[in-house]
Amino acid sequence: MSAGAPPGVAPQAPALILEDVSKQFVAGGRVVQALDGVSAQIRRASVTGLIGPDGAGKTTLMRLVAGLLLPQRGRITALGIDVLKEPLKAHEVLGYMPQRFGLYEDLSVQENLDLYADLHGVPRQARPQRYAELLAMTGLALFTRRLAGRLSGGMKQKLGLACVLVRPPGLLLLDEPTVGVDPLSRRELWKIVYRLVEETQTTVLLSTAYLDEAERCDEVILIHEGRVLGQGPPRDFSARLHGRSFVVTAPAVSTRHLQERLAAAPGVLDAIAQGDRVRVVSEEGAGLGEVRRAVADAAGVSVAPVAARFEDAFVVMLSERATPAKAPRPVAEHENAAGAGGAQRPGVIAVHNLSRRFGDFYAVRRISFTVGRGEIFGLLGANGAGKSTTFRMLCGLLPASEGTLEVAGVNLRHAAARARQRIGYMAQRFSLYGNLTVAENLRFFARAYGLSGAVRRERLAWALEEFELGPFADATSAELPLGFKQRLALAAALMHRPEILFLDEPTSGVDPLGRREFWRRINALAEEGVTVLVTTHIMEEAEYCDRLVIMAAGEILAEGSPQALKARFKTADNPEPSVEDAFVALVAAGSGVGEAADAA
Amino acid sequence: MAALLRIWGLVVKELVSLLKEPRTRFVIVGPPIIQLMVFGYAGTFDLSHAPFALYNEDRSAPSRELAARFEGSPAFAEVARLGNDAEMARVLSERRALMVLHIGRTFSRDILRGRSATVQVVVDGRNSNTALLALGYAGAIMTDFNQQWTGDHGGPRAPAVLQMRARYNPNLESRWFIVPGIVALLTMVVTLVVTALSVARERELGTFDQLLVTPLRPAEILLGKMVPGLVIGFVEASFISAMAVVWFQVPLVGSLGALALGLVLYTLSVIGVGLAVSSLAVTQQQALLGAFLFLVPAITLSGFATPITNMPWLVQELTLLNPMRYFLLVVRGVFLEGAGVAVLLPQFWPMAVMALATLAGAAWMFRRRLY
Repeated sequence: MSAGAPPGVAPQAPALILEDVSKQFVAGGRVVQALDGVSAQIRRASVTGLIGPDGAGKTTLMRLVAGLLLPQRGRITALGIDVLKEPLKAHEVLGYMPQRFGLYEDLSVQENLDLYADLHGVPRQARPQRYAELLAMTGLALFTRRLAGRLSGGMKQKLGLACVLVRPPGLLLLDEPTVGVDPLSRRELWKIVYRLVEETQTTVLLSTAYLDEAERCDEVILIHEGRVLGQGPPRDFSARLHGRSFVVTAPAVSTRHLQERLAAAPGVLDAIAQGDRVRVVSEEGAGLGEVRRAVADAAGVSVAPVAARFEDAFVVMLSERATPAKAPRPVAEHENAAGAGGAQRPGVIAVHNLSRRFGDFYAVRRISFTVGRGEIFGLLGANGAGKSTTFRMLCGLLPASEGTLEVAGVNLRHAAARARQRIGYMAQRFSLYGNLTVAENLRFFARAYGLSGAVRRERLAWALEEFELGPFADATSAELPLGFKQRLALAAALMHRPEILFLDEPTSGVDPLGRREFWRRINALAEEGVTVLVTTHIMEEAEYCDRLVIMAAGEILAEGSPQALKARFKTADNPEPSVEDAFVALVAAGSGVGEAADAA
Repeated sequence: MAALLRIWGLVVKELVSLLKEPRTRFVIVGPPIIQLMVFGYAGTFDLSHAPFALYNEDRSAPSRELAARFEGSPAFAEVARLGNDAEMARVLSERRALMVLHIGRTFSRDILRGRSATVQVVVDGRNSNTALLALGYAGAIMTDFNQQWTGDHGGPRAPAVLQMRARYNPNLESRWFIVPGIVALLTMVVTLVVTALSVARERELGTFDQLLVTPLRPAEILLGKMVPGLVIGFVEASFISAMAVVWFQVPLVGSLGALALGLVLYTLSVIGVGLAVSSLAVTQQQALLGAFLFLVPAITLSGFATPITNMPWLVQELTLLNPMRYFLLVVRGVFLEGAGVAVLLPQFWPMAVMALATLAGAAWMFRRRLY
């Protein structure tokens, strides 16, 4: 399994050379510059991350390198082969795994492997050994007879990878291989990638939206709006921010409040909540002093410098280019404003011994929790953990098999229209009417919630203004960039000023800047007394929650505030565990759950 | 009041997205016009300029007169003159002629002696329908010729002559029969497709959950999906009816009120079927397949092209469950017979019952499939 370097090419030569690559698309009469003069080189036998916000051009670049698209300008050389002139020869040495890899869901794991081996012309006598290697590497050996459609998200990705690797490629292109994959499987995928690089000298180029993954790459290429902003080892990026990252704690002030204060303060570029602390990145030239001044009036404030992360660098580089988002203004005006009446009605959402069975299979088994007014409550878990089932039962979309549940005092499944009037709902993938314009979508939801006349016009104007959708009012919503789709979905859910907001994977696929803006709005809503229930598989988002439950195999593994959860997993090796660490430890500890249960 | 507003919002949304989507817009506008033209012009039972070959062995004045009647008829056009029997078989098998008119050697001799003479007509029977039509026309021409001949030559008059009068369609133009039928046909196709896709589309795109968590009740959602179908079906039918009168010159002698009433009942019963299909389907593709599963037998068993009275007994009973059967009687009744509401009551009530049944069924399936 050599890297497949054609003769006559020095092994030190870069595995991939991009020279002034430009690509335009025409969409709906508008020209979109997907890539604009991209030049880069990728070292042999390394892992290079392609990092950028949604719509930056990552997938376009991947497809160009794979020879599936032709650029308007530029040259692409992969392992010494001109991809544009000899695409077929390049296909021989390239392995490409697109975002939605073409697994045949009605074929078994083994049949999928056989199919790709046939397609790539892998000689029969070489197959048994190759299969054995791949199955051992991906941990799929036990599941060869299972239908691909019945694998978990993480196992599907591993099978996809195995299919790509069935004929060992010299250059492996992975387009967002870890999207929608739970933390355990993500860690395993990374192990596989590194083994490949070490054992077979394969070169890997992968794109990702998870910034913590960027730190695992040898090098990263940061792209934004089709241009390369920088390339280098991830620590080089964060090194530039030396002395600009801090954590702030103030026991007397709520974290959410502290975070809002800091985000609005001069000299602060970025402030995100992390449990009971707020992580701050200051503007260039501003330092400890400026940060301390912003919160000087609060009692017991402590500001401590911390090491910069890649994410800090990413946010700083992008926010220097983007127009700063405005601080959100009040959204809902309820009879009893922020927290005032909160104590009297402790359980806005109450779940007791809730179960949901599908045949013999328990998707959710005897779970209980309560959510108080004005709380942000998170349901965390891997795909298939039962969080979506729980969520759908709470929204009244699915009947419970056993147990009781109440939302605002009623079971929404049998509730009158008036009860549903009090909740807002944002579906996964921001389900909106794609062929309607932004304004038509908002108008429809306003009418569906019974708003008419002046109130409707006022709310429509508010939504367009508040979410900066004004310029897109007459654009078809399917054409919106993902971040704007998310804003529109949230705006639609808030048209009728709900008291309770249900958010199903609200930030999946959205880049860190969009996520921050989104959470800023959600925080403001919670401050006003809106109760928020959110599902997510992005572990770092758990930090935004007041309380959360971690689910696996239909059961609640742990419940509590993010700080409390993390504190349980503090060890000498890992004095500051992340929620992800807590999650992985919990799932690993709970035997018979996670992937193991999946095998049953 | 709030419920009305919600339903109104849904109706507006449905109509806007239907008319915006190029695909659905085409379904609503394209096929009706194409099919109207296709059926209006091509879908006819009348024979026009059917090619025939003349094999005249007689070559006398009477035989030429008879041949001239065929040549002069708009139903036939002469394409060949034959000289021997072998050619006769050949023109038919090569499909150069649909029919051969063979006038034997003794034709004028027999006829002038006052005896009955024989003329042979050979038709291509591969399409039995057309063959029968050609024979019918040929027979009519022969009868005409006989009467004229006996009148002119003072032979014995035929003891009784059948005087044929076709009421409602005096010239028996098949277009008058077919074009009003298209109103029923296209209204069914368009309404069924539009409603069958409506719920399935939301399910496929993932907007259905979003819709269910709004205060809209299941009944309101169904109502909001029903109204656009009704509007589109009604506009479609009105357009085709107008085209039938203005473009195809089919007389519309009956009550417009009766037509409208029948149309509403008919459209509602079709919408019920469409929504039931839509409630069951998970994807738009399934919905479309389901719609066609209903559409094809419904058209065949409606009497649109083939008379129901010709069908076997069991199938005739089956047509009683087909709303299109009743509406065809309504359109044709209103267009050609000048029928009013009272006369058509026997067609109205079954459609009303079916509309109630299919809509209730759709509501039931919709609720059952919600979760």
